[in-house]
Amino acid sequence: MMEDWRHGGFGLYLHWPFCAAKCPYCDFNSHVAAEIDITRWNRAYLSEIDRIGELTKGRVLNTVFFGGGTPSLMPAELVASLLDQIRATWPTANDLEITLEANPTSAEAGRFRGYADAGVNRLSMGIQALNDDDLRRLGRLHSVAEAERAFGIARDTFERVSFDLIYARQGQTLAEWRAELTRALHMAVDHFSLYQLTIEDGTAFGARHAAGKLRGLPSEDLSADMYLITQDICEAAGLPAYEVSNHARPGMESRHNLIYWRYGDYAGIGPGAHGRLTLNGIKTATDTPKAPLRWLEMVETHRSGEVLAEPVPTQDQALEYLMFGLRLREGIDTGRYARLAGQALDADAIHEMADLGLLDPSPGQLRATREGRAVLDAILRRLFP
Amino acid sequence: MPRMTQLDLIRNFSIVAHIDHGKSTLADRLIQMTGTVAERDMKAQMLDSMDIERERGITIKANTVRIEYPAKDGQTYVLNLIDTPGHVDFAYEVSRSMRAVEGSLLVVDASQGVEAQTLANVYQAIDANHEIVPVLNKIDLPAADPAAVKENIEDVIGIDASDAIPISAKTGLGIPDVLEAIVKRLPPPKGERDAPLKAMLVDSWYDSYLGVVVMIRVMDGVIRKGDRIKMMQTGAVYGIDKLAVLKPKMIDIAELGPGEIGVFTASIKQVRDTRVGDTITHEKKPCATPLAGFKPAQPVVFCGLFPVDANDFEALRDAIEKLALNDASFSYEMETSAALGFGFRCGFLGLLHLEVVRDRLEREYDLDLITTAPSVVFKLHMKDGEVRDLHNPADMPDLTYVDHIEEPRIKATIMVPDDYLGDVLKLCQDRRGIQMDLTYAGSRAMVVYDLPLAEVVFDFYDRLKSVTKGYASFDYQISGYREDYLVKMSILVNDEPVDALSIMVHRERAESRGRAMVEKLKELIPRHMFKIPIQAAIGGRVIARETLSAMRKDVTAKCYGGDATRKKKLLEKQKAGKKKMRQFGKVEIPQQAFISALKMDN
Repeated sequence: MMEDWRHGGFGLYLHWPFCAAKCPYCDFNSHVAAEIDITRWNRAYLSEIDRIGELTKGRVLNTVFFGGGTPSLMPAELVASLLDQIRATWPTANDLEITLEANPTSAEAGRFRGYADAGVNRLSMGIQALNDDDLRRLGRLHSVAEAERAFGIARDTFERVSFDLIYARQGQTLAEWRAELTRALHMAVDHFSLYQLTIEDGTAFGARHAAGKLRGLPSEDLSADMYLITQDICEAAGLPAYEVSNHARPGMESRHNLIYWRYGDYAGIGPGAHGRLTLNGIKTATDTPKAPLRWLEMVETHRSGEVLAEPVPTQDQALEYLMFGLRLREGIDTGRYARLAGQALDADAIHEMADLGLLDPSPGQLRATREGRAVLDAILRRLFP
Repeated sequence: MPRMTQLDLIRNFSIVAHIDHGKSTLADRLIQMTGTVAERDMKAQMLDSMDIERERGITIKANTVRIEYPAKDGQTYVLNLIDTPGHVDFAYEVSRSMRAVEGSLLVVDASQGVEAQTLANVYQAIDANHEIVPVLNKIDLPAADPAAVKENIEDVIGIDASDAIPISAKTGLGIPDVLEAIVKRLPPPKGERDAPLKAMLVDSWYDSYLGVVVMIRVMDGVIRKGDRIKMMQTGAVYGIDKLAVLKPKMIDIAELGPGEIGVFTASIKQVRDTRVGDTITHEKKPCATPLAGFKPAQPVVFCGLFPVDANDFEALRDAIEKLALNDASFSYEMETSAALGFGFRCGFLGLLHLEVVRDRLEREYDLDLITTAPSVVFKLHMKDGEVRDLHNPADMPDLTYVDHIEEPRIKATIMVPDDYLGDVLKLCQDRRGIQMDLTYAGSRAMVVYDLPLAEVVFDFYDRLKSVTKGYASFDYQISGYREDYLVKMSILVNDEPVDALSIMVHRERAESRGRAMVEKLKELIPRHMFKIPIQAAIGGRVIARETLSAMRKDVTAKCYGGDATRKKKLLEKQKAGKKKMRQFGKVEIPQQAFISALKMDN
């Protein structure tokens, strides 16, 4: 029988942990460092590519994703060196997708040509807001004008470009968001990600929120209204949501992210990068140290940056598949879920939520409706056994 | 070992004061200045031994201390101070302590004047024929106005305050004058040394090392270690194992004679085996007539206590049983609620008592509890002539069998600066009060209201403090039962009745109470995936209704490969957390809703 991961494919995630500055809303593994020894980092990444390559020999690689941190702070030569090694390690799909996350400052835009020459064919830019006051409040180091210039360069340089916006920001009204989204649609090419601002523990915003000092966050109703008009406006513009927060022209979806949501296999390389790899028929969760220097030293001394490699019980695989898969408009294959879980989903719960217009079951399939995706966490709590 | 003291060298007294007027500080100062406790062993609120007492600055249990005072006349006197609780919930504790002493110090804050609690307690002292010595405390404060406060004492209480002693318990100013006044102005106790033993059981408590400790005041005769004594009400006979006085540590003594106050142990198992006010005499040579005795304190406020985690029920049972060993005034019986599972219906002397017991259960026994709405005891007059006590609105029988319902009423005394009088009158009227009296002493008004206890037990005192910015004082006595138009109001959540939320309410106030409760519940219950009707109903008739909208937004914005483990764990944890909420049909209700729903904000 076909191994489960093949439903989703195989991708490689590389984590670059450094940022020029830490944003107050961000809970990703990012660090601000005064000095970075590129030679050491290059050697460590290459060593990890070799190690993972050995474990997954012969697989066809579908995607590569440089995430961070701020990967657009990487010298183009480093990106080229890693991609050369990757291509030498795995047979790659004809349409290999190579994405790099970038910030829209002029300094970074200067490196775009080099990334494209190295093989990057998709750029994902963190623009976040089209309003200078809000950009400052979000701790961003660029202006709207600078972002538009950088995005213009990216559009001319890469086959595919995407950008991120954060909405449901402090004090934002429905009308303001509608106007901003309309302006964003004029910029958009074929893909963008629209995230509602989330206050995470362990961030500067988290601390301010806990102290009651983060004012003007939207009510649940306003946040729901913003979400729904986002769906409508993007759909009308030909970029429907294919996932909770991601919109694309059909066929232009992020293939790398689809691997997560379709619960394929992904290798994680770099500090704090997680992976899910089927090794000898066993789905294995991998993890690496979060602290950049610890990861570096581990790779150098042990020839492996892995601090964890443990089997994921099949029930947990089922939950992960459910949790990721229902984020997608296409939903999940209920037969695949049942094979992993050893039992079918709770039919009563599905029936109940279908009656409420939140789920749309069909034979062999389950998807969340537009309204359902807005309350997906509640649906998952109900469906989790 | 010291022997007993002769009568004219004994003075027994208590201190009457409003909370914060300095009663415990004065007691501390008397103990300190007479060297009763070594300087290094002194701590604040010497006589308050419970954590809760020290934390809240209140006295719950009466305590006693024996002080030896060498007076100016060259004689050394034994002064027995019984420190009494100030709060209305513990009024019974005050009244019995008063019977054991001959005089009282009336402590009044020289910057504040007489407060409602002071009034209630001083009347108890007057009832007990006490000689009363007024003491003006906090005389060192810039706001102190001794002349006005003396006048206030004379106006409000009606006793002569011209000899009031100015002191500062904080600095120690005037304390020697207080000690002299105790000796000179308070009468010595009376009693016959050669008569058969007659002693009053003043209090009893459980000590984990000694077992039950009994506090007594000897009226006649002499009690010695090893004596066989008899409790005249219960008929039980015990041998005295240990006889002591409290300084406030227990110091063994060979005998206690007339007028003396001390404690004994006698292998008594439970506090419930002792009856406060009982007369203790010798088994072989009993006294002819017992003392008048006291009515035992009756619980007036009832509520359900349920463990948050149903598995803790046995732990709660153990804790309640242990606590009850030391607190005969608190009653309990098992209760089953459709909503909350197994728990106990408990009776208390008042709301403070309820809070203290709940605090102690949570703190000393590490339990998480759900407290249901406090209720009073209604009297149901059934059509067949039977009269039933209703402790729990959930037990209300079908109305067709009930002829009429009576509820307990109180006489409430409130003292308030006249600036806030209007707010206080409005509050009392809103709570179905009937004004009985309104007088002024200077710029302070004293209002007396006849109020239903049910309207007071819940949040009256909080509201009173809030509308008067803390300037009002309040006290009450139960005055009896009266018929009124009372109904049971049920709360339905998603069309299912929630028994733990039903309350008894006056028919005319049912709509406004119902509206307030359903509005509050709408805020307290989290949104679900479906909309939830929340209704208040009398019988089958809905009198108020709100709809909690369905949840519209609950989704993680970003979820990529690196989030798999963390996100899955978070969802599993949330799911487990929801299991701890109480489930009513398809609706989950958070624990705090059961109490918060009843609070009235305006």
